[in-house]
Amino acid sequence: MLRLAPVLALALMLGPVAAGLLGTLLPAAGYVPVLGGTAVSLEPLRMLLTQPGIGMSAALSLGTGLVATFGAFAAVILFTAAFEGTRFFRALRRLLSPLMAVPHAAAAFGLAFLIAPSGFAMRLLSPWATGFQRPPDLLIVGDPLGLTMTLGLMAKEIPFLFLMLLAALPQADALRSRRVAASLGYAPVAAWLTTVLPRVYPQIRLPVFAVLAYATSVVDVALILGPTTPPPLAVRLTGWMNDPDLSLRFMASAGALAQLGLSLLAILVWMIGERLAAKLGRRWIESGRRSAAEPLAAALSGTAMVALAGAMLAGLALLALWSVAGPWRFPDPLPHHLTLRAWTMHAHAAGDAIAVTIAIALPVVIVAIALALACLEGETRDGRTIRHRSLPLLYLPLIVPQIAFVFGLQVLFLMAGLHDTLLAVALGHMVFVLPYVFLALSDPWRAIDPRYGHMAGALGASPARTFWRVRLPLARKAVATAAALGFAVSVAQYLPTLLIGGGRISTVTTEAVALAAGGNRQLVGIYALLQMLLPFAAFLLAAAVPGIAHRRRPENEATA
Amino acid sequence: MTIIRLLSRPVRGALLAAALSLPIAPLASRAEEAVDPAAWTDVLAKAKGQTVYFHAWGGEPRINAYIAWAGKQLQQRHGIAVEQVKVDDTANVVARIVAEKAAGKESGGAVDLVWINGENFVSLKKAGLLMSPGWATKLPNWPLVDVENKPAVVTDFTEPTDGQESPWGMAKLVFMHDTGTLAEPPKTLAALAEHVKANPGRFTYPQPPNFHGSTFLKQVLATTIADRAKLSRPADPASFEADVAPLFAYLDALHPNMWRQGRAFPQNQPALRQLLADGEIDIAFTFNPAGASAAIAAGELPDTVRTFVLDGGTIGNAHFVAIPFNANAKAGALVLADFLLSPEAQARKQDPPIWGDPTVLAVERLEAADRERFAALDLGIATLSPEELGPVIEEPHASWMVELERAWTARYASQ
Repeated sequence: MLRLAPVLALALMLGPVAAGLLGTLLPAAGYVPVLGGTAVSLEPLRMLLTQPGIGMSAALSLGTGLVATFGAFAAVILFTAAFEGTRFFRALRRLLSPLMAVPHAAAAFGLAFLIAPSGFAMRLLSPWATGFQRPPDLLIVGDPLGLTMTLGLMAKEIPFLFLMLLAALPQADALRSRRVAASLGYAPVAAWLTTVLPRVYPQIRLPVFAVLAYATSVVDVALILGPTTPPPLAVRLTGWMNDPDLSLRFMASAGALAQLGLSLLAILVWMIGERLAAKLGRRWIESGRRSAAEPLAAALSGTAMVALAGAMLAGLALLALWSVAGPWRFPDPLPHHLTLRAWTMHAHAAGDAIAVTIAIALPVVIVAIALALACLEGETRDGRTIRHRSLPLLYLPLIVPQIAFVFGLQVLFLMAGLHDTLLAVALGHMVFVLPYVFLALSDPWRAIDPRYGHMAGALGASPARTFWRVRLPLARKAVATAAALGFAVSVAQYLPTLLIGGGRISTVTTEAVALAAGGNRQLVGIYALLQMLLPFAAFLLAAAVPGIAHRRRPENEATA
Repeated sequence: MTIIRLLSRPVRGALLAAALSLPIAPLASRAEEAVDPAAWTDVLAKAKGQTVYFHAWGGEPRINAYIAWAGKQLQQRHGIAVEQVKVDDTANVVARIVAEKAAGKESGGAVDLVWINGENFVSLKKAGLLMSPGWATKLPNWPLVDVENKPAVVTDFTEPTDGQESPWGMAKLVFMHDTGTLAEPPKTLAALAEHVKANPGRFTYPQPPNFHGSTFLKQVLATTIADRAKLSRPADPASFEADVAPLFAYLDALHPNMWRQGRAFPQNQPALRQLLADGEIDIAFTFNPAGASAAIAAGELPDTVRTFVLDGGTIGNAHFVAIPFNANAKAGALVLADFLLSPEAQARKQDPPIWGDPTVLAVERLEAADRERFAALDLGIATLSPEELGPVIEEPHASWMVELERAWTARYASQ
């Protein structure tokens, strides 16, 4: 049974990706009989390349994706190097952890509400400081170079990379390494960069690639904060796929392949950067220099982290405020009055959406956790880790841009006659939930001291009993956290829900996007908040449940 | 309305189902459900107990509430359940239907009724994906439709509807201005250009191919083209450049003084309205003549906003509901389409706090009680009377829009 678990898990994750890619490849090559494409040709690609501004779109995707990823990565690395072990570090850690559960769209809306010319920051300063009675004509949101969008992506990716780094740090024995380096006269940043980073980086490399792939192919953040003249490639693809002119589908598919290539190119560029950094780093280590522009690194990274986390929190508070705002005209710093009108108007619809969201997420998370545990337990019993071979496979659904394969999923379910059902949507979510659950669970699981298991065995416990009574209780905190993360991932799924559900399955997220389209800030506020509250509730529960279980089982006091 | 392409465009290449060129299901399974709107009692009997999935743009809470109301009436009167599938772009519904066709799904389709017009309708009609012609004109309420004075109800963007879609409401381009910041709005395009030049940064339009943005282009095109009769025929590639040259000359002059110097654009009409509400711009526009009143009532616009139209008329059209060839609940969809045409439903829809969408009916031909429903409507402080709305400029042939959008994007959105 346990031996089948990894096969089943991989099939559930990779099967749909492979089928979806095939579903993109055929129309990209011009082969779609119902649309009159019966011969394989390069015509769709040629059409794609003749689109006005296509080069600029591609450059925007690549540029914003690379810069945002590098910015977030550099901020997180330098910040950790400069501040690890300080109270400031712990404070920010507490601040950033919950921000990871914030959906991208919500974060982007919050940022827009904050920094737009008619946004909250300008309202606070007007008219007393700026003299503006009306919003100034400044191109902040949607600037042609995508700077605001890059900032938004950075703000959202920092919590993710930070948590990934925090998870990897214990295995790098960071604090002790740094102490040794410090005793050799290295300043903190230099010590961390030379001794800890080389060991910690391999562990956060795949998450960085996932961020790169995401940032180069993002649609929702780009729609909210990004340029439109022209927009980044993924946004244009989405437009073509939705165009009533059906012949554009060929070109859109070719574009989806181009998007895949672009994301891979970004990863390639990053890998070249890795080589370069390694070379420079080695030279630096050999040179024996003891400091690395310490005050500058600390000031820059500290400011970036605080400013971006602060902007995100302020943005989220603004979403909440807008959801209860009455008339709120520029330059009033606060709404004229507060009202629950929007909430009461939409309570019913919101309740339905919440119920459907949970009905999908809960079983998906339970199955994903069971599968992940089965794989890990099988691994423990065999006494081997399949980690290095399987890790890149695990990341595949996260690294292949969604846009490149997600419609193929729908085909799969149409063929199976399962489309429009909750079951099909849940299977679609599984593709994305499983990898995250695996990633969150595997390290803590492997960190459990094997001697507990050996001891239980020596005392006569069967393998099953050892699992249920020893290892699982030891891992309960990790299981709870992984479940909450899986839940959050399921809640945030937009494309798979919409596609496979045929629009009949309305979750909080699909409702949010449909209503956000109307541009009503009260509604945007409500649904962005709901989108956030569900994962938050899951994480709160995850924090509370193991404690309760703990109290009921005093015999499992020992922790790894 | 249905073709508003909105802020968020999810990837729904449903159509790519076709891509895998699945073995097309045996055509033998094609069992055309025999529903004939001419035999109405039969339709009502068949419809009882059905659930109608009505795919309709879901970005406007007021409209969603109206649809929910219609659903409740159908449930009470005919035992039909109506579920609104809130779509953010009707093109996706088109894609969905095409995907079902590709997968051989000849019956039991996901879409029972779809809110539609323009190029989406043309796509489905040309591909033969709509319920057999003539059903709309056989609906019991059809005789009340004002075909004589509202020719758009049978000609959708110059495409004859052939009874394959039933009119639901009328639309006409109207402009809005805030009297608090702009007392006397410009009443011609030339005056608008002057105004923009004198007040930089205070005018913009949604970015084509957004529906409202394209409509603004069509308004300028219809005003500037040398021979307006050309617009009722397909665009001629040979003379297209010359035909649109005055349009682009006008825009070239306008853009440098527009909001954000024309380097960024709002993405849809609600976003444009929001800019007016925030005081960022002086003038906005909408396809709903009561849109300003409705927005004022909802607190989305200050009550100092008023509506105006351009001298010489503005673009107008109609929007419809259609039934796909493979709809699962055709009888129920017919009953819903007919109910939406009833004087009761049409009058309610025209009430600005509810929706404010002008009726497709010939009000003067209605029975006294029904006429009273319309007479009793308070159209709101910011709504023009039918006389003030001015003449209608017909929608150009759909090909103009496609070409215009392409030319606009190449010129202004690809640097």
